[in-house]
Amino acid sequence: MYAQMVKTDSSRLKTLDEMSPEERAFQERIDRGEKIEPKEWMPEGYRKTLIRQVGQHAHSEIVGQLPEGNWITRAPTLERKAILLAKVQDEAGHGLYLYSAAETLGVSRDELLALLHSGKMKYSSIFNYPTLTWADIGAVGWLVDGAAIMNQVQLQKTSYGPYSRAMVRICKEESFHQRQGYDIMMKMAAGSDAQRAMAQDALNRFWYPSLMMFGPSDKDSVHSAQSMAWKIKINTNDELRQKFVDQTVPQAKYLGLTIPDPALAWNEDKGGHDFSEPDWTEFFDVLAGNGPCNKERLGARVKAWNDGAWVRDGLVAHAEKAAARRSGPVAAE
Amino acid sequence: MTAALPDVDRAAFVEFLTRMGDNTLILGHRVSEWCGHAPVLEEDIALANTALDLIGQTQFWLGLAAEVEGAGRNADALAYLRDAGAFRNVLLVERPNGDFGHTILRQFLFDAWHLPMLRALERSADPRVAEIAAKAVKEVAYHLERSGDLVIRLGDGTAESHARMQAALDDLWDYTGELFMADASDAAMVAAGIAPDPASLQAVWLAEVRAVLEEATLTLPASTYSHKGGKRGVHSEYLGFILADMQFLQRAYPGAVW
Repeated sequence: MYAQMVKTDSSRLKTLDEMSPEERAFQERIDRGEKIEPKEWMPEGYRKTLIRQVGQHAHSEIVGQLPEGNWITRAPTLERKAILLAKVQDEAGHGLYLYSAAETLGVSRDELLALLHSGKMKYSSIFNYPTLTWADIGAVGWLVDGAAIMNQVQLQKTSYGPYSRAMVRICKEESFHQRQGYDIMMKMAAGSDAQRAMAQDALNRFWYPSLMMFGPSDKDSVHSAQSMAWKIKINTNDELRQKFVDQTVPQAKYLGLTIPDPALAWNEDKGGHDFSEPDWTEFFDVLAGNGPCNKERLGARVKAWNDGAWVRDGLVAHAEKAAARRSGPVAAE
Repeated sequence: MTAALPDVDRAAFVEFLTRMGDNTLILGHRVSEWCGHAPVLEEDIALANTALDLIGQTQFWLGLAAEVEGAGRNADALAYLRDAGAFRNVLLVERPNGDFGHTILRQFLFDAWHLPMLRALERSADPRVAEIAAKAVKEVAYHLERSGDLVIRLGDGTAESHARMQAALDDLWDYTGELFMADASDAAMVAAGIAPDPASLQAVWLAEVRAVLEEATLTLPASTYSHKGGKRGVHSEYLGFILADMQFLQRAYPGAVW
């Protein structure tokens, strides 16, 4: 997902009896469906896990500007260009809400960015894949935003108030993003032979990386169990992946495109599709920094940060001068 | 089309509308190149927003240009299927982004012209022009407020930010004169009451620029030289690359619907 394989510092789940009175009261609030707000007591593990998850999610939004930004200057019509600009601007806005949500947990945006730039924090694996044709912009909206929505809709119910409220707002915009992606795919699929081929090629390349977004199966993961107990995570990775496949198969069919999985078939018994697992070796390679665009993506962010240092310094210096002028010459001794 | 204003020279009117639309298109393109690469997240959002406004204005200006031309083209055909020599934007907007200081100064120098131009166009004898200007003026008033504010803050920031802003100003200054040069098409627009004389905007532009530069502690360049040519289709080498980028899909897949 936009946050993948988030660790919790837990080696096993505590029972209510094993918890301190504070921890127990906290867990009971969560179990009752109450929201946790910034100033309230929370276990250190809860706070740290949320910082990892919200931070990774925020990083994904801002790195996610890059593969789509890659086609803004080449968008095929003025309308498509305007829509794509609006969408990418939304993603940056999502980054802003999420960094703000993380700040309520006691970590600054600059600290989180330093962790991203040094490679200590990750962003979603999906943004390390290239956007090679205009159809990829359609596929990113349709599949990548589609997969993101699966995760984010459930996160509206997450236990941490600021994160949950950010998700409510983000979900509204993401569903518009997915529709614009699907709309691009519809035009391409109904277009010339070359456009249809481009659309199929985009689906071929983005299908498995989209399935990887949910992360490997976590049904046996203690981190996921802890996150679910804290309602930082609501569904397992497999549940979300299944939902995504079931939602996407008819959409692909409507487009007349073929999902690149010969094993894909409806399973009456489970009421869902059977499908092939993505290549998890590739997933771990990408996480380790060896995806097709890892160097470019992180490199672009680091370069933007470094090149912009003089701008940030200049703005701070001006603010200090302006404040000094407001307080008047008496301040000088 | 031009039925409401029978005396207007249609070619001059198309020329004027194309100049307006090409300025916003090419500047919007340049600004959009920043996407994901800005110095702070708030600036990524602001730059994308500015580009989006400019592309939206382009749709109106080039849409009207195509309508007045009456040759069956539309805004996309004008944006995507003309070669560089048919573009009518001023050279200023095709200057490369450079560092953030260059981008913001280019924006400021343009915005300080764009706003009084649109304010004058709100009173255009052609209601379609007045309507587009009335919509754009709200966006551009904000562009100018933002770019002017950033010029002040970075000009009067650190020694480095000051030096960079001054370098950008010195670099771009010779491209501002073209905004105020008039030709026969402009004269025809003035005569028809459609648009102001470009030269008439220079005083208010200079007053705005002087005020901001003074607060920014930047020095107005002494040069009085003006590069020119964009308004009549003689561009810098940069425009060809902008178009190669922008027009790629329309050129590679002629007639495709996107």
